[in-house]
Amino acid sequence: MTDTATTTQAGGATRSARGSRAGLLSGPLGRNLGLVVALVLLCIAGIATAGDRFADVDNVLTILRLAAVIGVVSIGMTFVIIGGGIDLSVGAIVALSSVWATTLATQQMAEDVHWIVMVFTALVVGAVAGLVNGVVIAYGKLVAFIATLAMLAAARGLAEILANRRTQIVQDQDFIRFFSGDVLGIPTLVIIFALVAAAGWVLLNRTTFGRRTFAVGGNAEAARLAGIRVQRHTVMLYVLSGVVCGIAAVMLMARTTTGSSTHGTLYELDAIAAVVIGGTLLIGGRGTIVGTVLGVLIFTTLSNVFTLNNLSSSAQAVAKGVIIVLAVLLQQRVAAGSSRKRGVRGGPGETGTAIPGSPAGAPTPGAAAGPTT
Amino acid sequence: MSDGRTAPLLEMHGIVKEFPGVRALDGVDLDVRAGEVHCLLGQNGAGKSTLIKVLAGAHQPDAGSITWDGTPVHLGNPQAAMAHGIATMYQELDLVPGLTVADNVFLGRERARLGLTRPAQANRTATELLTRLGHPEIRPTAEVGSLSAASQQMVSMARALSQDARLIVMDEPSAVLDSEEVDHLFQVIRDLTADGVAVVYISHRLEEIREVGDRITVLKDGRTVATGLPARETPTRDVITLMTGRTIEYVFPPRREPPDPDAAPLLEVSDLALDGSFAGVSFTVRPGEVLGLAGLVGSGRSEILETVYGARKASSGTVQVAGRRLRAGDVAAAVSAGVGLAPEERKSQGLLLGEPIYRNITVSSLTRFSRGGFLSGGAERQAAREQAEALDLRPVDVDREVRTLSGGNQQKVVLARWLLRDCTVLLLDEPTRGVDVGARSEIYGLIRALADRGVAVVVVSSEIPEVLGLADRVLVVADGAVVATAAAEELDEHRVLDLVMQGTAAHAAEEGRVA
Repeated sequence: MTDTATTTQAGGATRSARGSRAGLLSGPLGRNLGLVVALVLLCIAGIATAGDRFADVDNVLTILRLAAVIGVVSIGMTFVIIGGGIDLSVGAIVALSSVWATTLATQQMAEDVHWIVMVFTALVVGAVAGLVNGVVIAYGKLVAFIATLAMLAAARGLAEILANRRTQIVQDQDFIRFFSGDVLGIPTLVIIFALVAAAGWVLLNRTTFGRRTFAVGGNAEAARLAGIRVQRHTVMLYVLSGVVCGIAAVMLMARTTTGSSTHGTLYELDAIAAVVIGGTLLIGGRGTIVGTVLGVLIFTTLSNVFTLNNLSSSAQAVAKGVIIVLAVLLQQRVAAGSSRKRGVRGGPGETGTAIPGSPAGAPTPGAAAGPTT
Repeated sequence: MSDGRTAPLLEMHGIVKEFPGVRALDGVDLDVRAGEVHCLLGQNGAGKSTLIKVLAGAHQPDAGSITWDGTPVHLGNPQAAMAHGIATMYQELDLVPGLTVADNVFLGRERARLGLTRPAQANRTATELLTRLGHPEIRPTAEVGSLSAASQQMVSMARALSQDARLIVMDEPSAVLDSEEVDHLFQVIRDLTADGVAVVYISHRLEEIREVGDRITVLKDGRTVATGLPARETPTRDVITLMTGRTIEYVFPPRREPPDPDAAPLLEVSDLALDGSFAGVSFTVRPGEVLGLAGLVGSGRSEILETVYGARKASSGTVQVAGRRLRAGDVAAAVSAGVGLAPEERKSQGLLLGEPIYRNITVSSLTRFSRGGFLSGGAERQAAREQAEALDLRPVDVDREVRTLSGGNQQKVVLARWLLRDCTVLLLDEPTRGVDVGARSEIYGLIRALADRGVAVVVVSSEIPEVLGLADRVLVVADGAVVATAAAEELDEHRVLDLVMQGTAAHAAEEGRVA
């Protein structure tokens, strides 16, 4: 023990000057750089294969409009995953919110008062569903995977019951006009996505809430012993995810002019995929909003390029799968590389802790050199 | 050390095992003779578990040689170790609870013909093995999950025997047993060794080692510090000194005037208890006083600290800070009452390793730097920098990731966190573990300086000289009870050890051995 401590100190002193810079490159910025490069390459591929049809303003707006709904959901998912959890129920919550906000009763009330009632309904339904998730996970001590899987089934089932398996048409034209319009040529949906992303960035990086999210996901025990109310925070993370699902439901209602129990199918997979290729560690404690936004854009642009080239959606799905695997492999390299560089090691080797980002207990050949400089 | 009477069955020499950043084993020697009970001693983190995993073939050593029955062997995987007749009973029993006793005994080596299992034969053999272990009452068809811990251990041992084991490693087998079961275990061990089987026995309980052991090997910081000691004759004091081994004298800061005995206590603990760990613990700490808790690993000393802090929920008793009672099991309430804890496992419990220094320092005082929930990074860094400078934390670059710091500087980060919060009660669990020699005296100085500022400090340490040098008053803890309280000046290391041993023995006699 004494040995390692002294080595680290000696090593630390000699490279203190460049330590922070190296950390920056292997940190979020370095990873986002890779995503930007990937996105640029995709655009080049789009222009090369589809030319003006890709580089058209309308096409770009189409990409952004498609990215908007899943993007909003992914922002919430980013918080949950950084906080050490997972939310499989997002798609189902979107469906439930959209259905509840378009029932005859709600639409009647909206007609009497204002269409904002529908928006409000969607947000409240999302928040309550998220609250249930959070309470079951934080206080019921259920694994997040199981709890939200249960919510996935239950929320979609409830949506089907409410809608009686019928698609509910949004009657309020003001509502549709407001959300499907545009401001200075930018679709309202895209603006909402931008606002949610910006708010998410501020919340994650500039507030106590965001700081605690990193702490809870990075080391829940240390966070608890530092006096953070970990359970309460976990609940808030799932409520947040539920609320953004409500927002996504409103956007979907505007885009499709319907509320339906089939809305948001497989959103959980798309959102998790975007968050993960965006560089957020699935084990929590690390991640960025910018990475998630880039992840969403990469997936939507990919679909667009494939569609413009008349490639099937099945081929798209295969490409998506390949990208996810490549991105996570790359991420693990980065994580393992940076931890090797910094000589990370949990306590004495009695138990042998796992490297963050790698599967538990995975052997780490070559990582045995200890603190190197 | 080997006296040549018996050629060793197993010889491990110069075993080195590195994990990234930690040299878990740094040249360990161990020799075990056939038919002996060889005790392996060492504190948590000394490398015992890593060593037995090397022996079980679960870890590959980076250097060193293993000789088995006179021939050098390479234990490339657990199967290879088993093939040589080395069986390991891990601390967490490696049984499948949903399978039957016989299934577990032959797990991985099922009795089968043409791919069909032969339950009748397996059951018969399992019964034979269990009878040999003196437990014919364990039915081979019973589900393992429904058995008591002691019976499960026998199943685990039957599995070892079924592999024709010549060496059985037992990692703290007595931890889950009561005293009668331990006596029975010892009988089984004696029968095994009479048949020529060697046993490597790991336990923290020195009195057990006296009873069942033949020779002792002591590990410390991944090295063998003594080997081949006679288990019955070596004085306990010597064994403990080897385990905690302190060769360098540290400079402790001078004590000030004894804190005013009339001052109202800042921390009052009365009749605190945690089921299965400790009971009836009462003490008070006045402002400016350093209270030390001395005791062996497993005596309950760390649990006492964690329960005071609310990290564990007390089963009874009260904790008061400045006259106000804290809610049991509520860390956040303790923190807002001005209590801080520097936990034992600094890296896993104390720090957010991937986060910069300043965030680790401000994590418990975030509201101070926020307005309407929005944080001011500049103010945070400034405040963290002030603390870092006051504690002489190097480097003062507060944007550095905490994982890049040495143990001593990491401990300073934890202290800075509580200083920033203006803590009035500071609980320190092993404040110098993993802290190198140079930084220790510095940490001692800091702790004393904090007390001089009026903080009530409680220190837990497994190094008795540290407790004695640092504290004004010492509580000696043994087997979950306070066995003595005295001013530090009135005690010396031997006196504390005697108290610890007496207390442990008395408790063992009184209540039976409760883990």
